[in-house]
Amino acid sequence: MNVHLYVWQRLTAALMVPLVLVHVAVIFYASRKGMTAADILARTRGSIVWASFYGAFVVAVAIHAAIGVRNVLTEWSPLEDRSAGVLAAVFGLLLLALGARAVAAVVLP
Amino acid sequence: MSDPRSELTVSLWRGAQEGRYETYKVPWRENQTVLDVVTFVQRHLDPTLSYRFACRVGMCGSCAMTVNGTPRWTCRTHVSSVAKGGRLEIGPLENLPVIKDLAADMRPFFDKWQQAKGAFVPSRTRNDEIERIRPDSAARIAADAAIECINCGICYAACDTVRWNSDYLGPAALNRAWTLVNDVRDGANTERLQAVAASGGCHACHSHQSCQELCPQRLNPTASIAGLKRRAMWAYLKGEI
Repeated sequence: MNVHLYVWQRLTAALMVPLVLVHVAVIFYASRKGMTAADILARTRGSIVWASFYGAFVVAVAIHAAIGVRNVLTEWSPLEDRSAGVLAAVFGLLLLALGARAVAAVVLP
Repeated sequence: MSDPRSELTVSLWRGAQEGRYETYKVPWRENQTVLDVVTFVQRHLDPTLSYRFACRVGMCGSCAMTVNGTPRWTCRTHVSSVAKGGRLEIGPLENLPVIKDLAADMRPFFDKWQQAKGAFVPSRTRNDEIERIRPDSAARIAADAAIECINCGICYAACDTVRWNSDYLGPAALNRAWTLVNDVRDGANTERLQAVAASGGCHACHSHQSCQELCPQRLNPTASIAGLKRRAMWAYLKGEI
């Protein structure tokens, strides 16, 4: 971990704090209101707000988790820093692709 | 089993990186330190035993060893406070190569001191006026809180991050860097912040706080490292490093 990775991990963590709170609040709201999948999709499809919200969430998660995984690999595996960085970057890109696919599924009209 | 009030059962590491614990019987005494026990073995039972000490009064930082699994300064550690059932297991400091028996090779520890730019770099010459330092200034208070390190290596041996990451500079070297970052007379703080902000520097610390828990000088390297993290981060964001 160097200062560059440290700053990115802390910035993404700071960004995720309000996003997680809103996400959990939305889950409670949807379940308490008894909303169906169709109800939810009716609100999210075509919504720039929800696309931006969960798009930012996915990007922050991908960066934050990749840096954390890189740290775990450098400390707990025999991998060199470079190899651990490549593996962690692949993991981050995978999270980004899966997350983007999920966001697209709920916000694209 | 021996009576813990009259005799101690002491296991000492014998060998280098590879070796084994050998057991000795040492008379129990009032007010006996762990260093006294090791010295008794070397003088009366096995003169080939190697260990390191100098001042015997907690000033030099030479005699640190692993005592019943915990790194301690042996000259100031009373047997009565650490012996369990009259038993002691004493080994060399962990996270360092072993030279022989209880003597660890301190070179990696001091090499990292150098890597962290732990040497004072004067910004004035002898011809300049002496810099006036107010003892109640925030920087001096921060430096004073961290400055009494005796280089014993206990924090380094106790640190999980050192164990996992051989490049990590360790609590003592970073604590030293923090004292110099807060020394307004020093002229190399940009280079120092670059050194401690690199891979293996202060941002690798997990804040487990074993260093501050076990420091015999009751310093808090975790707090010093946290200070370095903040200082280096702001220097990075401002483009200074």
